[in-house]
This record gives sequence, C-alpha cells and structure tokens, in this order.
Amino acid sequence: MFKRMENPVAWDGFEGRMWKQEINVRDFIQKNYTQYNGDENFLEGPTDATNKLWDMVQKLQKAERAKGGVLDMETKVVSGLTAYGAGYIFEDEPELEKIVGLQTDLPLKRAFMPFGGIKMAEQACETNGYTPDPELHRIFTEYVTTHNQGVFDAYTPEMKAARHNKIITGLPDTYGRGRIVGDYRRVALYGIDNLIYYKKQDFANCGDGTMTDDVIRLREELAKQIRALQGMKEMAKIYGCDISKPATNAREAVQWLYFGYLAAIKTQNGAAMSVGRVSTFLDIYINRDLEKGIITEKEAQELIDHFVMKCRMVKFARIPSYNQLFSGDPVWATLEVAGIGVDGRSMVTKNDFRFLHTLENMGPSPEPNLTVLYSSALPENFKKYAAKISINTSSVQYENDDVMKPVWGDDYSICCCVSATQTGKEMQFFGARANLAKCLLYAINGGVDAKNREQVAPAYSPIKSEILDYNEVIEKYEKMMDWLAGLYVNTLNLIQYMHDKYYYEAAEMALIDTDVRRTFATGIAGFSHVVDSLSAIKYATVKAIRDDAGITVDFSTKGDFPRYGNDDDRADDIALWLLKTFLEKIKKHHTYRNSEPTTSILTITSNVVYGKATSNMPDGRRAGTPLAPGANPSYGAEKNGLLASLNSVAKLPYHWALDGISNTQTISPDALGHDEQERINNLVQVMDGYFDQGAHHLNVNVFGTEKLIDAMEHPEKEEYANFTIRVSGYAVKFIDLTREQQMDVISRTCHKKL
Amino acid sequence: MIKGYVNSLETFGLVDGPGVRFVVFLQGCKLRCKFCHNPETWSLSGGDEWTPENLFNHVRRYKTYWKNNGGITVSGGEPLLQMEFVTEFFKLAKKENIHTALDTAGQPFSDDMEYLDKFGKLMEVTDLVILDLKEWESEKHRELTGFGNENIISMARWLSDNGKKMWIRHVLVPGVTDDENSLREMYGFIKTLKTVEKTEILPYHTLGLMKWEKLGIPYSLKGVPVPNDEQIKNAEDILIKGK
Repeated sequence: MFKRMENPVAWDGFEGRMWKQEINVRDFIQKNYTQYNGDENFLEGPTDATNKLWDMVQKLQKAERAKGGVLDMETKVVSGLTAYGAGYIFEDEPELEKIVGLQTDLPLKRAFMPFGGIKMAEQACETNGYTPDPELHRIFTEYVTTHNQGVFDAYTPEMKAARHNKIITGLPDTYGRGRIVGDYRRVALYGIDNLIYYKKQDFANCGDGTMTDDVIRLREELAKQIRALQGMKEMAKIYGCDISKPATNAREAVQWLYFGYLAAIKTQNGAAMSVGRVSTFLDIYINRDLEKGIITEKEAQELIDHFVMKCRMVKFARIPSYNQLFSGDPVWATLEVAGIGVDGRSMVTKNDFRFLHTLENMGPSPEPNLTVLYSSALPENFKKYAAKISINTSSVQYENDDVMKPVWGDDYSICCCVSATQTGKEMQFFGARANLAKCLLYAINGGVDAKNREQVAPAYSPIKSEILDYNEVIEKYEKMMDWLAGLYVNTLNLIQYMHDKYYYEAAEMALIDTDVRRTFATGIAGFSHVVDSLSAIKYATVKAIRDDAGITVDFSTKGDFPRYGNDDDRADDIALWLLKTFLEKIKKHHTYRNSEPTTSILTITSNVVYGKATSNMPDGRRAGTPLAPGANPSYGAEKNGLLASLNSVAKLPYHWALDGISNTQTISPDALGHDEQERINNLVQVMDGYFDQGAHHLNVNVFGTEKLIDAMEHPEKEEYANFTIRVSGYAVKFIDLTREQQMDVISRTCHKKL
Repeated sequence: MIKGYVNSLETFGLVDGPGVRFVVFLQGCKLRCKFCHNPETWSLSGGDEWTPENLFNHVRRYKTYWKNNGGITVSGGEPLLQMEFVTEFFKLAKKENIHTALDTAGQPFSDDMEYLDKFGKLMEVTDLVILDLKEWESEKHRELTGFGNENIISMARWLSDNGKKMWIRHVLVPGVTDDENSLREMYGFIKTLKTVEKTEILPYHTLGLMKWEKLGIPYSLKGVPVPNDEQIKNAEDILIKGK
C-alpha cells in the first residue's frame, strides 16, 4: 500500500525525507527554514502595483462605510467553490494582482451563504436593503435543512430559555461555528492530487466493514472532503492556475496556499476563519527563489503584501445581532509569525518581518489578525521590530509560545482570536460563552432572572439573609454552576452535531488529517465581576436589596475589599478558584465526538451585549453596563498601574484555560517613554516580564484617550480611516464600532501616569 | 520595627528613573508647590502602613519586568521625611542588586551633622537621586513652595561632592518658573555639579487639578496655560544646552 510520493521538480533543493512519505508540513518546515536574527533594514517598500491596488481597496472600503457597512451583496447565487467566474480588484488589469482570487465576482461583494440558516442569510440581505431571490427561500426551507433549522428542531425548552435570557450566549446556532483552520500550506507543498490520493487511502481504510454510526459518518465526510478537493482544482482553474501539482516557486506557493484559504471562505462563514501559521513555511519558498536569483526582495514583499491585501478583503454577510456581538466586521483571518521550535531554534525568518511590514506598506489594518507567538527568547531584533509596529499601529497581538508549545507543539495555529490548534491535526468545536456573572445572580435568586422574573434555572432555594454570607453564597453558586455547566455542554453538543450534519466544513477538513483531534471550547463571560463580587462578599459587608417579591435586585456594599487586577492574592485566589471550578464542572460531562473540553476567558466585543443582559452585581457594577472584556480586570479596579494588573492576569494558569485568556491593555505613548527607542525597549521589557511569568495573551494598544475621543467625534478625518485598535482578541477599525462600544473602549483604563 | 507610610504604588513608572520603575509614593510633604499634581500626598498623617520587609517582598514581584533596565523609585510626597524607612527598604533592594532611585525635592535636607550621618547611610544604598529644582532664587522659591531653597542647593552640592549620580528636573510653568534669567542661573549652577547625568524639563500639566478640587484646596494657578512646544524648547535650550 505504501507509495512514496514522486520527487517532483517542485521540491528541488528541499531537504528532508519524512514529509515526502506522508503529509507532514511540520517536518518540511523544520528541515528547510532559515533563521533570521538580523534587523528590519532589508525590508522593501510597496511596489507601484501594491499602491495602486491598495488605493482602490481603500476607496471601496470608504464607499462601503458610506453605504452603511456593506458595499454589495449577492442575492441570487449560492456561494460555493465554483459559483463565480474570476474576480479582480481592477477588472481590466488583472495582472496587477500577484495573488488572485475573490470570494465572489467583485471585490468586497458579500456572498449568499444559506447553509448556516436561510433566515439569517435573508435577514443579512434585507437589513442592508437587498432582496434575496424568493426561489432560494423555497429551496432552503422546503428541500434543504440548514444548520439553524436542525438546532432549533432539537432544542429543549430549557435550552431556549437559557439562550433567550443570555446566561449562555453568543452560541453558534445562527452562524457558522468557524475556528477550523485547514492546513492551507498542504496545497502548496503537495498539490491537490497528492492530497486526494491520501484521502482516498483513508477512505479505503475507514472501518472494517462493520457499519457503526462513527464509521458511516466518517466515510460520508471523507467523500465530501474528496469532492471539495476536486472542487478546489476547478476553482483555481477559473483563475488559470493548475493546483493539482505542488507549487514550483514562491509566487505559486503563496497563490496555492491562498486558494486553499479561498476555498474555506467561499464555503463557510464561520465566526473565525483563520489563515494559520504560514509565515515560516512561505519563507522557505521565497528563500529558494531569492537564492536562485529569480525573485528580488521587492518582489518577495509584493507577494506578501498582495496576499495580506486579500486577507484584508474577506467579507461575510452578517445580521445585526451578530454585529452587536462581534463589532467592526471581523473575520479573524488570524495569521501567526515567530515562535520557537521544539528544538530551541527561533522560527523567525525574514518573512515574519515581511508580514509585520505590511502594516507599514499598506498602513494599519485589523485583518489579518496578526499574532506574534512570543517568547523572551525570540531574537532581540525581531522583538524590537514587533514592538515598534505595535507602537505605531496598535494592530498586533502577542501570545505566549512558551506556554502553548508544550501543549500544542511548534506547528500550532491560532484558530480564532487567541485559541491555539495544531495545524492540520486538530479541529475545534467553538462554543461561545456562559455568563458566570449572571450565574452568580441566579444562585442568589434561586434561578430567577432579576431582569424579567422568569424562572430560568432550577428553583433552588434563594439566599434569604440580608447580609450575604460568603460560604452560603459559594455553596449555592457551585450548585448553580453545576446546572449551568451541564446545560451549556449539552446545548453545545446539540449545536455541534447539527453543524457537522448540515454545514460540514468539507474544504477545511480536507486539509486536516482524517484522524483528527477535537477540542470542545467553552468560555466564561463576566469573569472579573464574579471575582470582585465574591471578594466583596468575603472581605466587605454586602447587603442584598430586595423588591416586594423578594427578588434581590441590587446590593449595598460597605467597606473596602481587594479587587482582581492589583496583584493582591486575596482577590486573585478567588479568580483561580473560579476558573478551576468551572472547568471541572464542564469536564464532568460527555462532550460531542469525544472531544477534549477546554475553556477560555475571552469575550471579544460581546462584553457590551453580555453586560446589557446582566443585572446589578455586588462589586458595584450597575445593571446593563458592559462587562470587562476577557480576563481584564474590571474598569477602575486597577489601583497600582499596568504591571500589577498584568501580574493578576498572569496568575491564571494557561493549562486551566487552554482555549485562551485574553488581556487587552492600552498605554499612552507619553507614559511608555520619551522617544521611540525608549518606548520600544520598555515595551519589549514589559512583554518579556509578563510572558516569562506564564501569562497567555496580550493585546497592546499605544495611543492616548484624546485620540479616541477625537476619532469618535470626527470619524470623517482621513487619519482615522484605518485607525486600528486591539479589542479582546482581535483588532477593529475604531470608527467601525458602534458609539456605545466606542464609549466602552474610551472608559476602559488607559495606562497613563500623571 | 520601623514603619513607612505609603500614599500609593505605581507598578509601571517609565519616566521616574531609568527603564521600568516600580514607584512608591510616600505620604507627607511640607512643600506647598502651587503646581503640585499630587496634593493628596501632602498630609503628614495617613497612608498605608508598611514595614520595609513587607513592601520589599511586594515590590520584588516585579523584578521580572526590570531586567538590566529598571528598578525601584521612591517618590512622594517627600521621601526624605521618612529617611530611615527608605534606607531600610533600599538596603533590602541592594542585597538583590536592584537599582534604587530617590525622587526628592530636598526640602528636609540639612547640614546638621546628625542629619548628614543618616542621609549618608541612605545614599550608600541609593543609586540615583532625582532632584527637583523648582526655582533658582530663594525668595521666589519660598513664594512658589512655602520654603526657601538654600538647603536644597547645598544638598545638590553634597551629592556632587560625594559622587552621587543625579538627574535634575525642573517643572516649567509659563509665567511662573520660566524666567529666562533664572533658568540661566540654574544652568550655571548645574554646570558646577560633577555628577549630573541628565537634566529634564517637565512641562506643567493640569491633570492634577481635579485632585485639588476634590480636596477643597484653592488652586492659585487657575487659568495658567500649559507650556507650548516652543516654550518647552526654549527652556530646554537654556537649562539643558546652556544656549
């Protein structure tokens, strides 16, 4: 059965054996990449073509904003690999684009994607003033079951009530679950025909002939994957490319890889559609061409610029409730640079500089969600360059390679905002969040929602005393968390089942090993408010204020209490307890397809929406106000400056929250140092200190509140068109946020010392 | 056991000494600088009580951020009012080779032998003194802060004579501390000091104004503008470059 892959010309000059005998991109990278420890001086500026193309895209983005956020929408054609002919930024000058391929026939035009739910696809059109073809409505209600339909057919009343009251929230039941990163590099390295060959082998070896549910399902999925691979070839052909064979040069490598990604974004509209860890891989091809003298550095940069430009243009049609959750039109085209190999070698190549340099060549941008896999052991020159880009663009996030590598190895990708996944070996079941702040209030009120008096959770006995007793609250809270964890996991099991059944990610899964590792990603919202509330109950005196019906609607807190965010173990230990307790309760339950349960403390911009649904809290947070995002301390809680806040967050062990712990901080440039060099050095020092303690993630923004306020008041100013800020786990253009979210960002701690 | 009284802690100070600084703001100051942005530190009573050991154990949690470019700065208030506490605190830091800086206006300094003895002990464990020179002429200094500056000048001389590294800082308030002749004289004095590593102009800002209002203290500089870039450059030219 064993068949060594032929040694095509495309592989000339590449070292290594294993990657030729099986699909093994990691082995290829490790055997072939060239470390780079130098500085950024080799980098080249944009070419004329890049400038011309990017000017046009910016014009289109401006027109898009002027039209209320959507430039154009499809109303007749259902999106698919070969639904459209070729599309270009300049129809008459396709040769300007070194990397080609659009989601639809026109730039920024949003495709019609009904498989997640026809109602949502239609609503997305209608709220933007487009009328979808009624025939599509008929087909997708009478003949086709969508993911959304499947989920709502099977939901229990309890699930619906919990969802409606937003104790579990942001669930991927009205949109694609996303978070699956195909190993798009495989298209470049192996070509589609080799990939089909291996999938066919897997198909032949799937099961022993006994048709259990698992075997039947896998056989069907493999058949879909093989069809998707064939579809990718057809899709590339439309652009005049034959991707059946491996890429022979750098341009083809970038193009083939992009075609793999394009297949994903033509067939899925998941919340996160990440690109993955492609930088070091592509450097190998660029390096080979540079050595052969068939490409210049300028041309190499142009390839990366054009590829990144395409990632900046990814669009999906969304409904208003989705936009409230994930503000600013994000797609999480997350793309990683740097990291350290298992053998200790830095994986920084010149290409890692090139990707960051796109933020200089084409200005700041939220997408792709550029992520530096950080370690204090990375080359100093690279750390400084990344810090410089952060200071100038606020468009980069940092994740700790030192804590992720032991869990995921040295070839993981970030599959959403901050969550890691082994590239090509793993998929994730994305599961949104449980609102633990609301859960605490339910514990106090015996399962009644203080907002509408609905009995959402079981009618456990409420707290009846006037002064809240810590031990009693904890006992009731644990019981309520037990209920919530069970309901949450089961709701997700149902959602993931239906997604696999009705909206299977064939194109992405075709680029992942058949024997796939699955993680089951749960999440926590309201983290800091629960910690501070419990701390208030423990260390101060918290009195319940009840209405006539005996429902606790507010709290009166007397005395001082430690808050999370000040490096005070009294509060931070409660934070650790909360995380561990919730995770343990999640782990008790069966998770779909025997996936591995994980949890996260990250909320994206949804902290605003979640906050709206959450009543008054014992920590003094008022009903309806935004929750602190991710693992951030609550607004105004930090009394001892940035590093105390970082130290509190750094105490949360990553291995208890393998889906990620996001932390977003904003530093005023004046507070960071007197001049650029000082700022760069100081920022590197802060990150070294933070990540050396085992912290997981940091979003770095460098600007003053004055700039935010001015941008909010004068969004029309040219300088703010691309003004990008990091929010929880991703970046957005500030002017694309709702005013409410802009106010939220402004009110958050800006670290500036008087 | 000696106790210190702390107004507040700032874990991320980047302008009060070289690199990343943990800044301890001590409680209490006798100066009444009209432009003070920390009036809440004036009161000689109050503040959180710390022993040198407790404070040091807390502060050393930030060692990971300092590497070879950072450390501890004790500011205030006026740190020299709690000299023995600071000495004990810095001793602990120096045992672990942590850089120590003292941010002072020098008001409590005295040539008294007993005082100098204690001061000398503090200086043994202090790597850098950041000294505020608020005004050159003593009478103006008295009007601006409530005290003359003769002892502050002699403190600067003492530091110079004893080889202690210094940063000199001057808060620039338009129409109040920006007199060109005064700045020139101050420059002339600074030039006579042998251990000055750096002279800085700190532009006056009004961000502390709210604190005065909150404390119910009348603010006499109301309406005084913050210096513009040109005024700052001009003052820097005189005080730093001697133009």
